[in-house]
Amino acid sequence: MIKKGRAAKSLAPLLFSMATIVIPALLRKFTGGIERVDVPGKTIRELVRHLGERFPGIDAQLLEDGDIRASIAVSIDGEIATGGILDTVDENSEVHFIPALSGGAV
Amino acid sequence: MAASTTTGNFKVIGTRPIRHDGVDKVTGRAKYGADYAFPGMLHGKVLRSPHAHANIKSIKIEKALALPGVKAIVTSKDLPQAENKLEQAGEMTINPMYLSMNILAHEKVLYDGHAIAAVAATSPHIAEEALRLIEVEYEVLPPVMTVDVAIKPGAPILLKDLRNKEEGADKETNVAQHHLFKRGDIEAGFKAADFVIEREFNTAMVHQGYIEPHNAVGIYNSDGQATIYCSTQGAFDVRSLSAQVLGMPAGHIKVVPAEIGGGFGGKTTIYLEPLSVLLSKKTGAPVKLVMTRSEVLRASGPTSGSTIKVKMGATKDGRLVAAEIWMAYEAGAFPGSPVGAGAMCIIAPYTVENFQIDAYDVVVNRPKTAAYRAPGATNAAFASETIIDELAEKCGIDPIDFRLKNAVKEGDAQIVGPAFKRIGLIQTLEGIKNSPHYKSKLTGKFRGRGVASGFWFNAGMQSSATVNIHADGTASVVTGSPDIGGSRASMAMITAEVLGLAVTDVRPITADTDSIGHTDVTGGSRVTFATGMAVYEAAKDAERQLIERAAKLWEKKPDEVEFRDGKLHAKGNGVPPMSIKQLAPRFGRTGGPITGRASVNARGVGPGFATTLVDVEVDPDTGKVQILRCTIAQDAGKAIHPSYVEGQMQGGTAQGLGWALNEEYFYDDKGTLRNFGFLDYRMPTCLDLPMIETVIVEEANPGHPLGVRGVGEVSIVPPPAAVANAIYRAVEVRMTETPMSPPKLLKAMLKHRASTQHSAAAD
Repeated sequence: MIKKGRAAKSLAPLLFSMATIVIPALLRKFTGGIERVDVPGKTIRELVRHLGERFPGIDAQLLEDGDIRASIAVSIDGEIATGGILDTVDENSEVHFIPALSGGAV
Repeated sequence: MAASTTTGNFKVIGTRPIRHDGVDKVTGRAKYGADYAFPGMLHGKVLRSPHAHANIKSIKIEKALALPGVKAIVTSKDLPQAENKLEQAGEMTINPMYLSMNILAHEKVLYDGHAIAAVAATSPHIAEEALRLIEVEYEVLPPVMTVDVAIKPGAPILLKDLRNKEEGADKETNVAQHHLFKRGDIEAGFKAADFVIEREFNTAMVHQGYIEPHNAVGIYNSDGQATIYCSTQGAFDVRSLSAQVLGMPAGHIKVVPAEIGGGFGGKTTIYLEPLSVLLSKKTGAPVKLVMTRSEVLRASGPTSGSTIKVKMGATKDGRLVAAEIWMAYEAGAFPGSPVGAGAMCIIAPYTVENFQIDAYDVVVNRPKTAAYRAPGATNAAFASETIIDELAEKCGIDPIDFRLKNAVKEGDAQIVGPAFKRIGLIQTLEGIKNSPHYKSKLTGKFRGRGVASGFWFNAGMQSSATVNIHADGTASVVTGSPDIGGSRASMAMITAEVLGLAVTDVRPITADTDSIGHTDVTGGSRVTFATGMAVYEAAKDAERQLIERAAKLWEKKPDEVEFRDGKLHAKGNGVPPMSIKQLAPRFGRTGGPITGRASVNARGVGPGFATTLVDVEVDPDTGKVQILRCTIAQDAGKAIHPSYVEGQMQGGTAQGLGWALNEEYFYDDKGTLRNFGFLDYRMPTCLDLPMIETVIVEEANPGHPLGVRGVGEVSIVPPPAAVANAIYRAVEVRMTETPMSPPKLLKAMLKHRASTQHSAAAD
C-alpha cells in the first residue's frame, strides 16, 4: 500500500516558487512512503538540494558527480528534460525521476 | 491507407520520391564496411571461447606469433584498466569496465563465443590459422543459462564485482538491478475485479538478424590519431565507446560510417572497432576485421529472453482495475538488459489504476544483449496482451472494444507518472476496426484471428545538421545519422519542403565524426524526429540568410522581404520575386556562401502506438502456423515519406512474426550455441509471410514542427501476442512461450486434447 500525502509545508511557499516532485517507488523508503512532495526551487539542482535537506540520503540516490545519474531521466511537466540539474522548473511544475530510456547498457 | 490529423499544406512531405541512395544500392556501388581496402592492409580474426563459463588460467601466443604472415596478437593485457561506473552514451548507458571485458575477456570467459584474443596477419586465412595456434588453458565452470537458475540461492556467480543496492555491498549476486513501479492499491484493485487471470510467460533470446555482419577497418597513425571505417548506427558512439576501451581521447578518433546492411539496434555498440585500432597500432598498418555469421550469432547483440508473470483483473463491464507483474530479463554476460523499458511498456497502452511491477536485470552465460527494436517491449507485450485478450473473452467483449474501453489518451498518466500528451492509440484501434481485413470474414477449420497493441516511447537526444546552398541553387543536407531506414530521403524532403526546392535538387549526406556536430545514435526511432528537427532548423537558418541577401540586393530591410513558395518576395512594390536559383549566383557579392546550421537536444518526443491484426491457420498434425493475413495500424505523427513509414511498419511486423513463430537460441547443457547459422536460426523469408497491410495513422506530434513522431520500432511489439491470440481462436490453446514453433505448439495442442478428452470421459 502506497502512502499518499504531502510533506509538511513550511513558510516556503510564501517565499519561493514550489514544484511537486513525484518520488519513485524505490526511493519512497527515504520519504516514509510519501509519494508527492512540494519543494521550493527554480532549477532541478535547487529542488534536489531541498529534497535532500528534507529527506536525508535521497539526493545521493539521484546525483552522481554533481549531476543527475546517467541511469535516471528527469520529466518536467510530462516532457523528458535534457539539462540535468540545470533544467528550470515553473511554479507548480510536476517533476518525475524515472529510469533513463535505454535499449540496455553496454 | 491513412487517417490524418496533420494540417500542414505540404508540397514535398507526404510524397514518395525515389531514395537518393537507391541507385548505388541496387547497382552494387554502395560501399559497405567490408568493401573498404587500403594499401598494406592486414586482416584480423578473433579467437573465441568454446566454453560458456570458465576462468582463463593462461593464454600462450608464441606459436601463433611465429606463424609466417602473422603481424600482431592482442589480448586483454593490451587494454587499459577501465572504470567500473555507469555513464550515459547516447541511447545507452555504459559501464566502461564491462564494455572492455566484452571486447576481450579479462580473467573469465562468460559465454560461448566470448572474444579472447585478436590476430592481424597478411591474409584472413593466415589469421584464422594463427587462432588455432593460440593456447588457452581454461578452468571450466558450470554455466548459468536462464534467469530462473541465475537468481536461485547458491547459483554460480558470473561477475565477482556485481552488486545491487537492495542486496547490499557484501552480497555477490547475478541480479544487477531491480526496478519497481507502483500506483494505487493492488489489493483493493483485485478485490474489485470480477475476473482475474494469472499466467507465466517465457520468451526466448532472439537475434536482430541483420544481413550484414559486423566489420571494422582501423588505421592508427603515428601521431596518435586513429580512423575507423565501420558499419554502425552511431558513429559518435563508436568514437566515444572505442575511446573508453582504448584509453584514447575521443577527439583523436575519427569514425567514418559506411553504408549499413541492417542494424535494428544491434549496431549501437562496439565489438571489432577497438580491436582494429589496437592491431593497427601494433602493426603500423590498416587492419580489417569482418565477423562471420556464426560470430554474429554467438557473440553480438541478441535481445533478452525473459520470464514474465502477469496477474490482471477486470470488472465484468470490461474495466481493467489491477495488475501485478514480475519480470526478469536475461542481460547476457554483463548487466544491462532492457527490462526497465519493458516494465515501462508492459501495460502502457491502458489506464490501470492499481499496479505493481517488479523488474529484474539478471546476468547469465549468454552474449551481452544489445538493443533490438523497441528493446524489452515485445517480450512484455506478449505477456500482457495475451492476458488482455483472455480478460476480454471472460467479459464477453470484442478484444478491440475491450482495448478501446481501457485505452490511454491525452492527459492519462503513464506508468512512470507523467501524463501523456497527444497520442494515437485509439486511432490505431479504430484504424484496424475500419480496415478491410477486420471487416473480412475468416472461415475454415483451425483458423483464427488475433489482435494486440503495443507502445514504444520513441527518443529525442542530440542531432546536428547543416544545409549548404550551392552556387546553382541546389542544396546538400549533411547530418550525422547513419541511414538505416530511408532517413536520407526524409532529410532531403524536409530541406526541400522548407526551401521550396525539388527533392532531386537536395543531396543528403551522412558525415563522419569530424565533419558534423555531435549526433547521437540512429536508434529509439529518433532520426526523423530529432535529426529531422535539426534539419528543419538548419533549413530555416538558411532561409533567414536568403532573406537577408535578397534584402541587401533590393536595398530593403530583412523584414520587408518574405520567403514563400520557394521564392523571395519584396513587400509592397512591383519587384518581381526571385528564386533561390536566381539569387544563388550572387551569394559571393552579398556576403559569401550560405550554410544553414542547427544543433538540437530534441524535446517534445511523441510516443508511438501500434495495433496489429493477424489471421493464422494451424496445421493440427504438425503445429505449424501459417500467417494468412496481417494488418498493422501505427501512429506516425506525420509520415514524411509514406513508403518508408510503411516499410518500417512491415519490417518490424515481419521481425515480430519471426520472434513469435520460429526464432530462438538453442544452447546445449554445456552452454554452447547449437544454431549459429541462418539455416538453423530460422528467420522468416518472403515465402513465409503474406504482404503486410498498413494503416498509417497521422496524429500530429505537437512537440515537432512537422508533427513527426518516429516509426522505427513499435511495429515489432504487438505481433507475438497477436499471433498467440489468433492461435487460441484457431485451436483453443493459450500459448505462453515464444517461439510458438511447431514442436511447442503441437505439444500444447496434444496436452489440450488430452485434457478435454479426459474431461469428456469424466462427464
